[in-house]
Amino acid sequence: MPHLAVRNIAKSYDGNPAVRDISFAVAQGRVLALCGENGAGKSTLMKTLSGATLPDAGDILLEGKSAAIRTPADAMDLGIRIVYQELSLLPHISVAENILLGRLPTRGLSFVVDWPKANGIAAGVLSDLGFPDIDPTALAGSLSVARQQIVEIAKALATEPQILILDEPTAVLSAAETDKLFDKVRKLAAAGTTVLYISHRLEEIYAIADEIVVLKDGRSVLSGEASQLDQATLIQAMVGRSLSAVFPVRRGAAGHPILQVENLSLAGHFRDVSFDVRAGEIVGMFGLVGSGRTEIAKAIFGARPADHGTVRLGGKSEKFATPAEAVRGRVAMVTEDRKGDGLALDASVIDNAGLASFSRYAPSGIINGEKRRTLVDEKIRELSIKLADPSQPVRQLSGGNQQKVVLAKWLLVEDIQLFIFDEPTRGVDIATKVEIYQMIRDLADGGMAVLMISSEMPEVLGMADRLLVVRDGSIVAELQPTDFQPETVFAHAAGLDAAQATMGRPN
Amino acid sequence: MTSQRTLHGFSRADIFFVAAILLLVVFAAVASDAFLTQRNLVNISRQLVTNGFLSLGMLMVIRTGGIDLSVGSVLAFAGLLATGLQQQMHFSMAITIALAMGAGVGFLNGWLTARFNLQPFIVTLATMGSLRGLTYVYADTPRYPVDEMFRGLIGGAFVGPVPVNFIIFAIAVPCVWFYLNHTISGRAAFALGVNKEAVRLAGVNVNKHLIFAYVACGLFAAIAGVLLASRLGIAQPSVGIGYELDAIAAVVIGGGLLGGGGGTALGVLGGVVALAVVDNVLNLFNVDSYYQQLLKGLIILVAVLARRKRV
Repeated sequence: MPHLAVRNIAKSYDGNPAVRDISFAVAQGRVLALCGENGAGKSTLMKTLSGATLPDAGDILLEGKSAAIRTPADAMDLGIRIVYQELSLLPHISVAENILLGRLPTRGLSFVVDWPKANGIAAGVLSDLGFPDIDPTALAGSLSVARQQIVEIAKALATEPQILILDEPTAVLSAAETDKLFDKVRKLAAAGTTVLYISHRLEEIYAIADEIVVLKDGRSVLSGEASQLDQATLIQAMVGRSLSAVFPVRRGAAGHPILQVENLSLAGHFRDVSFDVRAGEIVGMFGLVGSGRTEIAKAIFGARPADHGTVRLGGKSEKFATPAEAVRGRVAMVTEDRKGDGLALDASVIDNAGLASFSRYAPSGIINGEKRRTLVDEKIRELSIKLADPSQPVRQLSGGNQQKVVLAKWLLVEDIQLFIFDEPTRGVDIATKVEIYQMIRDLADGGMAVLMISSEMPEVLGMADRLLVVRDGSIVAELQPTDFQPETVFAHAAGLDAAQATMGRPN
Repeated sequence: MTSQRTLHGFSRADIFFVAAILLLVVFAAVASDAFLTQRNLVNISRQLVTNGFLSLGMLMVIRTGGIDLSVGSVLAFAGLLATGLQQQMHFSMAITIALAMGAGVGFLNGWLTARFNLQPFIVTLATMGSLRGLTYVYADTPRYPVDEMFRGLIGGAFVGPVPVNFIIFAIAVPCVWFYLNHTISGRAAFALGVNKEAVRLAGVNVNKHLIFAYVACGLFAAIAGVLLASRLGIAQPSVGIGYELDAIAAVVIGGGLLGGGGGTALGVLGGVVALAVVDNVLNLFNVDSYYQQLLKGLIILVAVLARRKRV
């Protein structure tokens, strides 16, 4: 009898299927890795298990019995604990209160919080996890991102979980912190906790998992013992094609420098950053979360100007104080947080796509609706954006099509010379990814300079003509395609020497 | 409570405001003979009770990321019920009904906000208007208390030199402090003010705690209304218009953050006292009430500027 079984789960958002048909089963005390590309449905699946959302169809069985999980509280009562990918910590309350949220100990009357006891419990959980130095009384918002992730994990371990779900828990952790987490996971599994481990990092999956289920486009497409599945099979199943067919061919013919950055610094974020991007070139920028890569891009784009240093565009010195100035200087930026600052989700496709190019259809301030419609329609065709009607809200489109609307917005601006992409394929299905990769390559081939930031290693390695690795606010390495080994890149990003990195994260 | 001290340490802005109030007091005491008299101090302490209760209630709601615009209407209706119903029943019963009405309106505000995920600004704007209308339907002329004890025991009563009204308020402040910092519900309400979904995902019944904050706010507004009617010996249907703004001002001056995530009972007490002293000093110097409003607006601006988060 499997401890947990999932049968034919399906879930759609606004008519877009996120999970189509997922089934798997796992025995008690085993570690099951769920792997797949972004947009494969991993996170949505987890939310149905934790009661955060209700599935449209399918069953969840615990010990063979159908489990009624309607709210997060139901899942908690069944002993299911989850560590979400997006940090759900509350910055304005203490570490202890975060860890014990909803389970604060009381004394005397049942509604009176016992703070000393709460702090004691939290300190115990943290030191058990290997982090006795985190102060339970500190405000959660005052911790580093990695420490916040540790607290997030501690939150799930505050009561012994029956089923522990970890959703990409190591994205912001160092190798040493990851090792501590894995030790704890192994101990829990040995003591009978069933673990679902979600990741797209293959090296981690092989390090921790007993069994593997591969998800692709909302379906479970492959499952088996970890020892029986080799990497090539796994990648083939995740991507649906071999890696060589995903990324367009490099041309390797860079022209004159378009963007020249010298000694750019912003206190507390990055310092003395210098690099250039040439016409027709895609420069990749890789770094762990919190390394300062996004801040560098934002500084160039004027969204958060730097303190010191110079930025030259086409040889001309520029100091953009606002994004509006950067757009006038013919710079475009696709931001990492599509829903937060890339799109107005409830506004129409037309409104969103036309947002950066008013000068083309409203030179005097009055919108020429017909002209705008023609321009947007053209891009919808060019990018093959799938929609019912350009006046429908962007919210109703799938993640991939939403991202294409963002791209359309910038492609409608004329004469862009520098295109900055920050995580251009986050939350996008694999088919759209391939299209976006081709489009980015086409932009470069058309003579634009492209700066592409990504935390997905295969993506930067597959796309970049040159790769900059950022760590702690500095560029620590510049690599040519001949040096594009994941171990090397990761070692630079995490500040280890290559041999150590390979040992710490076995392949 | 070491953990609480680190969480609620005083900021530079707090110290600045305390210093500013003290400076104002010293200035008033030197410049006006009337300021430090017992009569004037009793006046201040009685007058700040109304805004004090409204502000404490408002604080509980603002900590959840919400707002309650209906407190002025609740105050008026509660005062009318507590005095008007005395003709039919004992005044203690009338007060109970008035307080229950306040809690009920608070429940309605909280329930609509939580259950249907509506914006509290709009919900309480609607209850503010409807309740004011209902107040006039109930009584379009002032009501006077029938029972002498209604004034004698509460609004007109003293313990030594201290007005009973003020004593009731002075008891409420630590109660609210305790609720905010040491109860499950108060902590949940504070947590959900910044990220409701995160708290829901932790398995907490967020609606329950959210509604409780609104109930408490409505109840406090009703208490303010009863105490005011008892002190003045009259209840008017037009009283309390715009009082919600004074309450919000006191919360903001005291360090509360609209949108949730901040504000303490002690801070609100500071805000209430500051506004009351400013009012009183301006009155002593016979400053035109228009200038008083202008000055209060400026104080609020300075307060939010001093407390703004650095971007």
